[in-house]
Amino acid sequence: MSIFEYNGSALVAMVGKNCFAIASDRRLGVQLQTVATDFQRIFKIHDKLFVGLSGLATDAQTLYQRLVFRHKLYQLREERDMKPETFASLVSAILYEKRFGPYFCQPVIAGLGDEDKPFICTMDSIGAKELAKDFVVAGTASESLYGACESMFKPDMEPEELFETISQALLSSVDRDCLSGWGGHVYVV
Amino acid sequence: MGMKGNGSNHECSRERVKGEEEAAAELLLCREPIRIMSKGEVDYVHARGGFSFDSCRRNEMLLNKGLKPSSFLKTGTTIVGLIFQDGVILGADTRATEGPIVADKNCEKIHYMAPNIYCCGAGTAADTEAVTDTISSHLKLHRYHTARESRVVTALTLLKSHLFRYQGHVSAALVLGGVDVTGPHLHTIYPHGSTDSLPFATMGSGSLAAMAVFESKYHEGLSRDEGVKLVCEAICSGIFNDLGSGSNVDICVITKGQKEYLRNHLLPNPRTYISSKGYSFSKKT
Repeated sequence: MSIFEYNGSALVAMVGKNCFAIASDRRLGVQLQTVATDFQRIFKIHDKLFVGLSGLATDAQTLYQRLVFRHKLYQLREERDMKPETFASLVSAILYEKRFGPYFCQPVIAGLGDEDKPFICTMDSIGAKELAKDFVVAGTASESLYGACESMFKPDMEPEELFETISQALLSSVDRDCLSGWGGHVYVV
Repeated sequence: MGMKGNGSNHECSRERVKGEEEAAAELLLCREPIRIMSKGEVDYVHARGGFSFDSCRRNEMLLNKGLKPSSFLKTGTTIVGLIFQDGVILGADTRATEGPIVADKNCEKIHYMAPNIYCCGAGTAADTEAVTDTISSHLKLHRYHTARESRVVTALTLLKSHLFRYQGHVSAALVLGGVDVTGPHLHTIYPHGSTDSLPFATMGSGSLAAMAVFESKYHEGLSRDEGVKLVCEAICSGIFNDLGSGSNVDICVITKGQKEYLRNHLLPNPRTYISSKGYSFSKKT
């Protein structure tokens, strides 16, 4: 079993018309045994910026705490919130710093930039950024999520339609993955 | 061991082969003075830069318990460069793979180094991006310091010494090209730090397919259009014959005083929808 499959996770983010949606599953497991069914994987950094962390749960929580710390320092110094592109570079740098002893975590970053333009990106565990204009996926269910999103995604969806689409994509993919499931959390901004 | 200043990072990385634990311990030791001085800043690693080996011991323990290591985002790639009569043309495909899955269908592999120098990267995606960004910042500082346009050999030396320092563990294979006061230059840089200087070059998993095209059709004194056409053919040959390369073709033409970045110059793999309507879900499903 790989380190990424120890806890199990599924994360997806999609872009709509001046909005974005980010969704995750709720299961926390220890290999094949379920330990919690309400585990939070998506965290709010500020009103227009959310980050989801898949992979090893302990690294996800540690990384989240470090990111919140850096963002709070940034807010004190700059007296404003961080833009999503800047935040993505920050996460990438923090992950690459641990290149030879990495955090076993794949983040999905979703936010609204200037003029409410939606921004999503994902990274591998050492910080290789992957910007996308439509959707990004991460976690153990990522292969089926790729398939579901490719077929269900349409550009410029309104928030209600985006919510439905991302939920259906998430639910159908986690149904095909034993390590993730137990419902989902969806945030639409 | 001579644990003073920035030399410590490099010493530790060479010792990594022997024991990451010793290296991690040494690194922590040499950081002590800085930690005491800046009490408020927990993230003191940023004051010195470079890599931090904190989690190495924990990760090694996990591996010993039988958990397999993670796979990183690679750019199994076709990257090419050639020198034509007025300058240099660089080309790359746009597929990024994670194991057997295509993670990014349209990623950028031609990285900016300086206004007159661009670099294509193959290998682990995070390594190519980080190393080109770092050296690009280095070059900018050097330009401010010397008030001159950057030379390709400067970038070459900075890149090869960085890669050699990490003994190939930073797995980035690069094709560096640019035009400076001494003329057009094209170099290849291998992950262990060796370099070649050539009139045409290919790297990546699709390099054999692309090299076949170059070897048969390249000649000196190509015009711009002939050069772009040849680069496109070489990349397409990599895209269609190599599984690790795919999607679109990116081209960058650099001439004296000017550069043209043609992103998605060719799209030989468009998405053909069977049903243009797609799926739609009514509310409350």
